[in-house]
Amino acid sequence: MFYRLSGVHHTRYASARQLWPLPADRWQVAAVFVLAVAAPLYMSDLYLSSYMLPWLVWSTATLALTLLMGVAGQLHFGFGAVMAIGAYTSIHLTQAGVPFELALLVAGLLAALIGCLFGAAALRVKGLYLVMATLAMQFLVDWVIVNVKAISGGAVATLQAPAVEFLWIPVDTLVARYYVALLWAVIVTLLMLNIKRTSFGRALVAVRDKDFAAAVIGVNIFKYKLLAFFTSSFLGGVTGAILAFCFYRAVTPQQFSFDISIQLVAMVLVGGLGSTIGAFLGAGFVLLAPIVLLNIVAPMVEAGWLPVSASLMAHIPLMIYGAMIIGFLLFEPLGLAKIYDNARKYFLVWPFRHTQS
Amino acid sequence: MNIEFFLELLANGALTGLMYGMVALGIVLIYKSSGVLNFSQGAMVMTAGYVTWLMTSFGLSIYAAVALGIVAMFVFGLLIERLLLRSMVGQPIIMIVMLTLGLDVFLRGLVPGILGTSPKHLDIGVGMAPLILGDVFINRVYLVGGVVALALFALAALFFRTRLGTKLRAVSDDHVSSWSVGISVEHAVAMSWGLAGVCAVGAGTIWGTVQGVEWSLTALLFPAVAVVILGGIDSILGALLGGIVVGVLGSVIPGYVDPLVGGSTRDVVTSIIILLTIMIRPYGMFGREDIERI
Repeated sequence: MFYRLSGVHHTRYASARQLWPLPADRWQVAAVFVLAVAAPLYMSDLYLSSYMLPWLVWSTATLALTLLMGVAGQLHFGFGAVMAIGAYTSIHLTQAGVPFELALLVAGLLAALIGCLFGAAALRVKGLYLVMATLAMQFLVDWVIVNVKAISGGAVATLQAPAVEFLWIPVDTLVARYYVALLWAVIVTLLMLNIKRTSFGRALVAVRDKDFAAAVIGVNIFKYKLLAFFTSSFLGGVTGAILAFCFYRAVTPQQFSFDISIQLVAMVLVGGLGSTIGAFLGAGFVLLAPIVLLNIVAPMVEAGWLPVSASLMAHIPLMIYGAMIIGFLLFEPLGLAKIYDNARKYFLVWPFRHTQS
Repeated sequence: MNIEFFLELLANGALTGLMYGMVALGIVLIYKSSGVLNFSQGAMVMTAGYVTWLMTSFGLSIYAAVALGIVAMFVFGLLIERLLLRSMVGQPIIMIVMLTLGLDVFLRGLVPGILGTSPKHLDIGVGMAPLILGDVFINRVYLVGGVVALALFALAALFFRTRLGTKLRAVSDDHVSSWSVGISVEHAVAMSWGLAGVCAVGAGTIWGTVQGVEWSLTALLFPAVAVVILGGIDSILGALLGGIVVGVLGSVIPGYVDPLVGGSTRDVVTSIIILLTIMIRPYGMFGREDIERI
């Protein structure tokens, strides 16, 4: 706690280049990891199933999207559709008797292939037009899923997720489902943390910053834009399957509608574009802030302090959600990741602020 | 497969398209002046519908309600620009798109939350009985809507010939050179938001009469986006013709295909229009092509 930069002198490149060069950060990451692994021990089932589990899965989805939007700079307003493809593929495959592990992989691959079609638009246009193209594809995928009975079983049908095993452990209890989601979240997080240290990640960043300029220095923008869509959609597809199996345990078309795509973009932006910790903070904030604020407002209304009608009460979460998006964009466009970063930097050198570089 | 059925789909589709064009006109005005694609135009249409309904529920006639609605929505548009959009100048496009989407979500919560979620009935006093021309049935409200839309388009075209409209055209050409000749870009952008609010009153009143004033009016955004993409985001003529094309295709194709595949192909047609336009000619039929430099 006390001047945590003290005694940190890197004498080898390897130690300076590691993921967390500061011991304080390593301790923090280890503590968070232990807390996450031990969550079933100290959390009630209600909190685990309705807060912790969705938070983990949505954070993973946000990580997948921030890889595309933040690192590679390709706007995507149809990520819900990509996740839907993963979810439906995995459910149909496991119902046909394919092992869960293989079904997850195939779900990811199919989502990645169709995701590359979204990417095909990115080869032609960018910016605003890419937003519209992905948005239109979201509607097309939604329509195909709803109207092709072989996929969804009808517009209002619900497909139950069959009982599955993951690495010979049955995924039937809440704890097992939590650990599957946690494992996937850890894998994606490690990937995201490391991707900017690879040539692939640097190429994506070059394409994001200016694609013509990237082409001039020899980055094949055609290839890397498609690869960005492929990777991100693969992760998104598997996350969709995890969402269907671990959280909803059933799948309907409404779970992956256009609103979900917007929500994912909101999570990315509230967290901070391209930031790994921001994805976790953003997903948590977008999911939980409306609930928490509603829980604050509700007792005040019951006590008669605020004159709020029942119909307005029902709309308060939506209003908070919208106001939150607007507020973050206006007052902290770099998102929660920036706020976290400021606080971290402040405490790193506390109480010797003058040493801050 | 008779000719009357086709003509009926064609006529009503064209009128619907003109009404879509009315929503799209607001988007075009804002894009022209500031390069912001306003994804909250659907929510503004809904708000305008609610405002008009609120005025009539005070006992005002529909004309007085629309007139007051125009004033209210003009101020509303100015306020949005001043409070939200002005501080976003120079931010990346994704931030601005998301800001207008956030505004859309916020209004969708706020307005029905305060004024009630059940569909509100709005009556512009033309009756519900269809107009019969030969063997073709035409919805009277659609006809009025089409006329109002054409009037709005004509007004918009005339407006760009006035002094203020010339300033707006200058701003849409280039912000920096407008500043250098003493045109206030901020005023022009604010004005375009106000005018978009005025367009929203027309669209909100007509669409509110057609399908009732409720939150689903925000869904008009999607066909309106197709209209502006097809016509060119910065072209008023494009919004007019694009509207007719989107309306006709969105009426004729579902008319024949819906019975075969079981419904709701209209959104698919709209999506395909967006995709094909972006793939073949991203700047639309009449839009200005931007040339990008490093």
